[in-house]
Amino acid sequence: MCLGIPGEVVEIRPDRPDIATVDVSGVRRAINIGLLDEHPPRPGDWVLIHVGFALSLIDEAEARAALDFLTGIGRAYDDELAALRASSID
Amino acid sequence: MRFVDEYRDAGTARALSARIAELCEPGRAYAFMEVCGGHTHTIYKHGLEDHLPPAVSLVHGPGCPVCVIPMGRVDDAMHIARQDDVIMTSFGDMMRVPGSHGSFFDANAEGTDIRMVYSPLDSLKIARANPDRQVVFMAIGFETTTPSTALTVRRAAAEGLTNFSIFCNHITIVPALRAILDSPDVRIDGFVGPGHVSTVIGCRPYDFIPRDYGRPLVVSGFEPLDILQSIHKLLRQLRDRRCEVENQYTRVVAAEGNPVALAVIDEVLEPRPDFEWRGLGRIPWSAMRVRERYAAFDAERIFAPPGARVEDPKACQCGEVLTGVIKPWECKVFGTGCTPETPIGACMVSPEGACAAYYNFGRARHRATEPAKEMSRA
Ligand code: SF4
Repeated sequence: MCLGIPGEVVEIRPDRPDIATVDVSGVRRAINIGLLDEHPPRPGDWVLIHVGFALSLIDEAEARAALDFLTGIGRAYDDELAALRASSID
Repeated sequence: MRFVDEYRDAGTARALSARIAELCEPGRAYAFMEVCGGHTHTIYKHGLEDHLPPAVSLVHGPGCPVCVIPMGRVDDAMHIARQDDVIMTSFGDMMRVPGSHGSFFDANAEGTDIRMVYSPLDSLKIARANPDRQVVFMAIGFETTTPSTALTVRRAAAEGLTNFSIFCNHITIVPALRAILDSPDVRIDGFVGPGHVSTVIGCRPYDFIPRDYGRPLVVSGFEPLDILQSIHKLLRQLRDRRCEVENQYTRVVAAEGNPVALAVIDEVLEPRPDFEWRGLGRIPWSAMRVRERYAAFDAERIFAPPGARVEDPKACQCGEVLTGVIKPWECKVFGTGCTPETPIGACMVSPEGACAAYYNFGRARHRATEPAKEMSRA
């Protein structure tokens, strides 16, 4: 829950500007990007995701570093990814 | 050096630890509190304490939101969950936290409908699919999750949902830091400040720490190098007789935080005059509750839980762990009565909890290195 996980924005939902499809370690899921209203992300941008919401824009190097860190912590990240996979946000 | 060697920047880490040692003034001991549970996790996982000189010790702070929820709030949540037609939803981290009559998992096994969700928005979907049930989201967390809860409530209101509410347990980090600084038995020379909380609140809310308490704070990222670098920055400030808020994590944290997130929190929630923290006791204005305007989404107004104060089990020393008075392994039940499988206290439940982090990563190394370190400190 406290883990910020990096995801790459794949597309913004045409009917819902506050919802984006992101790719997180190969998992594609919808997340809410409403908290980034001031600088909305575009496809190809990386965001840091907390509980289904993008909380900040990050660059690709930071995303890779964050992923390294997360894969290193093992089970906690696996649990978080499994939870993300099970979620359905709209 | 084994644990840092596993890390890709082993050379940089080694150079940093040498520079940290050089900055320590002879005969002086330094205690730094890492505020965030994510930092505690990194510290144990990578054995960072082994790479600090004996003069520098780390104190684990109260930054694991699951760990500081008092038992009474878990019992209140259970009270709500047991009402007719209620579906309770909760983050996975909360599911195994013991209340005085077991955890959410236990209650679930006994037939209470408590469902694990990844996001508060998942709860909205459950509410839409179950119009004849009341869906209550157990909202917990610091400022990293608060805006998500607030935005979810706003969305529920916009959709006109009448069967969704939140049991709000959101807490705020700044009053907790103030409480720690005010407490007489805590000696801290500086803070490794939380990274993700700061993406929301920015760096300015910490200004009172150098100004009123004369302690530096460095907002830090979560990788081993980030934390070593932050400790280095703290020591450099102390050596130069400077005292300020620094941002080591500029690649993610903007000084002004996330104004959109702050605005949505302020629209939906307001500070609560008083909230009890496990280990820290009651701290004024340290948590959030639902504003009058969104009263229809406030489970406390709808279900009026009893709000009883419940003492922690006698064996539990979470309070002392959470304020850094003892280390996890010094708790009498650590690893015997209290393990991640059968937790007595919440610090053993969450992966960010100091006891769980230490149980999972720290023990083997501690046996080899800590006695020597203890001796050299004495
Ligand atoms: S070992 Fe268990 S009871 Fe003791 S402080 Fe840690 S979590 Fe609390």
